[in-house]
Amino acid sequence: MTSLVSLLPSLATVTALVKIGLLIGGLMTAAAYLVLVERWMAAWVQDRKGPNRVGIPLTKIRLFGLGQPLADGLKIILKEDFTPKHVDKVLYAAAPLVLLAASLAIFAAIPFGSSLPPIPALGLTGEEPLLVAPNLDVGVLWVFALSSIAVYGVLLGGWASNNKYGFLGGLRSSAQLVAYEIPLGLGLLGVVLAAGSLKLDVIMNAQAESGVWYAFAQPLGFIVFLVASFAEAARLPFDLPEAEQELVGGYHTEYSGIKLLLFLVSEFLHMVTAAFLIVIMFLGGWHLWGVTGSGAVETWLTAIVRCAVLSAKIFGVILFFMLVRWSWPRFRFDQLMNLAWKVMLPLGLANLVTVATVQEFRPQLVAALGADAAGWVAVMIPWGVFFAGWIAAGLLTPSGTDNRPIRTHGPLDVEHELVEV
Amino acid sequence: MNPTDPSITWLEEKPLGLAERLYLPLFLQGLTTTARHLVSPKVTVSFPEQRPTVGNPLIYRGVHRLNRDAEGRVKCVACFLCATACPAHCIDIVATESPWPDREKYPEAFQIDELRCIFCGMCEEACPVDAIELTSLLDLTGKSREEMIFDKEKLLSVYDMTKDAEPMKSAALGGTL
Repeated sequence: MTSLVSLLPSLATVTALVKIGLLIGGLMTAAAYLVLVERWMAAWVQDRKGPNRVGIPLTKIRLFGLGQPLADGLKIILKEDFTPKHVDKVLYAAAPLVLLAASLAIFAAIPFGSSLPPIPALGLTGEEPLLVAPNLDVGVLWVFALSSIAVYGVLLGGWASNNKYGFLGGLRSSAQLVAYEIPLGLGLLGVVLAAGSLKLDVIMNAQAESGVWYAFAQPLGFIVFLVASFAEAARLPFDLPEAEQELVGGYHTEYSGIKLLLFLVSEFLHMVTAAFLIVIMFLGGWHLWGVTGSGAVETWLTAIVRCAVLSAKIFGVILFFMLVRWSWPRFRFDQLMNLAWKVMLPLGLANLVTVATVQEFRPQLVAALGADAAGWVAVMIPWGVFFAGWIAAGLLTPSGTDNRPIRTHGPLDVEHELVEV
Repeated sequence: MNPTDPSITWLEEKPLGLAERLYLPLFLQGLTTTARHLVSPKVTVSFPEQRPTVGNPLIYRGVHRLNRDAEGRVKCVACFLCATACPAHCIDIVATESPWPDREKYPEAFQIDELRCIFCGMCEEACPVDAIELTSLLDLTGKSREEMIFDKEKLLSVYDMTKDAEPMKSAALGGTL
């Protein structure tokens, strides 16, 4: 008997597997339905109605088009998975897998709720955190490392395609992703510094306890992180990797069928990851004043409310991502790089220095002004730096925003000379 | 063109102001525009259930019809002007001696191949007696090629079908009655 029992997986393994199942199932369904939401948003912004016909298969029930993801998925899965002759077969097949594996593995360190109350019937005596790897002390680093691996997927896809559009797309995209890793990291460092932990659930708890979300305490860091995560997710206005007008499809030009689907799903997962990180690190995670409380989870109601608040916030951020897509035109490549290196990098550094200074002198502030006044000052200083930094960025880097041609000759000089010669 | 020509005024774009350099006006403009359209009324027509509205039936170019005169006879005098004007060569007329005293000829057969037709309206323009007209019927479908070749009876029946909704255009446009 004892030998049989020892073969059974431990409780920790089972809970981890259940969480992984929940997370992957949830994410895949969410990605499918986010495609529908994206199509609806696109249609509504363009004064159309969007997909509203497909309902339950084999019936005439329409359900506002909620069957569309199933139809879309079936269609793209059943399409021919065509491999062109000129590609590097191994890398060509590996690229979408690398990308998808990396973008799914990221979620091991991302909490998808607060935690569950103890369930003694199942042998869970403590609070069960809603996080696949709760004891991972380097959560933020894990997220970062894996989101950097996404560059490999894109680059491999572009390179293995052996196609000039694919290659240019991969090249551009790797330059863009590498450049925006830095502001992304700087925005995140401020939060890590303030919370004093690399674990995302601890970062959420810190915001819930103080009641001041880091978006309010570090506005500059929030803006830098927001812009950088748009670029990292390759969403408009930074979707240069697959600028259709210039590059056909960018790095996935040569892909079709299920491999293309994997690329597209990973792109959506990137956006979901970005939304998760924005909400968890800057918008308070599951915390909402007066609704969710801030301490330990005692009842199931609290646990569910906190999950709902977190999901609602994430959905809101995703809707913002989708609205932004139709609001601004794509940046030119030089503007993109200007923005990364000349605007976002200095602003991120300014934020980091501000946060570090405030953290360092907080005890002295509290001693001199009392806890309340010190709290206000600690929030006001970053806002001062925010306005000063933004205005300085606007004044000092006109090339980042000024799109007019630089006129070194008169308007018709070239043509005129040609006529005279 | 001479750039020093005094009649040409060269305009310089205004330099960007502080607000524009901060990207804020662009940001707000973009977001308000898309947010407004997000909730504005939609222009899509859910086609089979909901019919699109035809702006002005007098100038809409849909399925053809052959008009009848006051006595219910076909108005066409088989002059072949429409067939001559037709750039797609889709009109086929067989003329014969008219049994009526007010005209010399009438069409014994009158066929329009609706699949070849490009709905340019040249036939309607060319007709001296306003016999052929384009209606505002916009969804023309068929199950075979043969079915889409409209003969005289079919074209007259289109007239019978649409005459109440769309009276003969000639009166409104000042043509023959």
